[in-house]
Amino acid sequence: MVSKAPAQPELAVAKGVWAVLETVMDPEIPVISVVELGIVRDLRAGAAGLEVVITPTYTGCPATRQIEEDIRAALDAAGYGAVGLASELHPAWTTDWITPEGREQLRAFGIAPPEGKPGKRALFAAADPVQCPRCGSRHTELVSEFGSTACKSLWRCTACREPFDYFKCL
Amino acid sequence: MGSGVAQKHDRAADPALLETVLRLGDNALILGHELSRWTSNAATVELDIALANQALDLIGQARLLLDYAGRLEGKGRNEDDLAFGRDAWDFRNVLLVELPRGDFARTILRQFFYALWAEGFYDALRQSADETLSAIAGKSAKEMAYHVRHAGEWVVRLGDGTEESHGRLAAALAELWPYTHELFMADATDEAMVAAGIIPDVAALRPAWEQGVGDAVARAGLAMPDDPWQPEGGRRGVHSEHLGYILAEMQHLPRMYPGGKW
Repeated sequence: MVSKAPAQPELAVAKGVWAVLETVMDPEIPVISVVELGIVRDLRAGAAGLEVVITPTYTGCPATRQIEEDIRAALDAAGYGAVGLASELHPAWTTDWITPEGREQLRAFGIAPPEGKPGKRALFAAADPVQCPRCGSRHTELVSEFGSTACKSLWRCTACREPFDYFKCL
Repeated sequence: MGSGVAQKHDRAADPALLETVLRLGDNALILGHELSRWTSNAATVELDIALANQALDLIGQARLLLDYAGRLEGKGRNEDDLAFGRDAWDFRNVLLVELPRGDFARTILRQFFYALWAEGFYDALRQSADETLSAIAGKSAKEMAYHVRHAGEWVVRLGDGTEESHGRLAAALAELWPYTHELFMADATDEAMVAAGIIPDVAALRPAWEQGVGDAVARAGLAMPDDPWQPEGGRRGVHSEHLGYILAEMQHLPRMYPGGKW
């Protein structure tokens, strides 16, 4: 989805904008950039010049506005004030858009990255175990499907006994 | 609320589409607001966090829908203007979501009724000919699956719990059941939108919803109510007295200080 090849001859500008975007971190998980999270959908030539196309993640994510402002501020500070910012809902963001590097950074930060697909599950059916980001064990159990932010659920590892957050599938 | 970022893929204004988007957005807004009142009042920390998260999901869905409604309307109103600037008769939510939240049994049963409906509706809405609704539905359906499981498991736990919890759930079921019919009512607006491929036909979604509710109610050790009363009106702006109190609380600050910031 994220095409890094600029459509216009403004190659140097486009490269520079991508470099700036890669420094904008998620405000709640400050180890993963908005590019790695799949929030930045595209950099394209719009009617009024280059524009960064972003997409919201979880609809209940209170950081959406903050992320927009952070991207705007970073572009302005790097001298790309003329580059526009547009938001597109379609196609809907999913956790599949998180890059492999982003997943590793989540794990290193102590958050288990999303695995598999969000499926319907019967009431009281056990959740598939996820891998503990600390010891790597799959002997883990769900504590609560709702955690400290809209995107996370609470788990505990029965091998190393540590609690951890899981970035849940959407 | 209030995003200044431009959105793409707007459809030309269509009164039936605007009405449809308002109905969906108002359901999510009012239910989300009511659910948010549990924050810091739930019985356990996990429950408190779960209810607050679900309220956030609903308000997030409401924001996307009301933002879209504002653009369809074309009068320069944004999501904040629609949430805080309209009066009760302008709201298009079903009566179910504006009823008093009551005790925990009533709150959780209402969440279950609504979430199961919304999960099925949004899942079918992914196929909408309207790209914006399809995109909103894509995420919302997955979020609602989490709500269905949380509320559904609590319905069973309460019904299958103590005499006290069972009695409270039974009372909630008798109280709320008649209001569920409005979720499946269709008027000329709905028929036009179904014909245009914008929304699914709720009648087709009803059997799966009834089966899901029936299963949970049976596991909770309760019988389905047999009450023929089918109150309705919210979808055309005819509300119960309760909505006025909700709006008075929700809107008083933005109305006292229009455009206020902090």
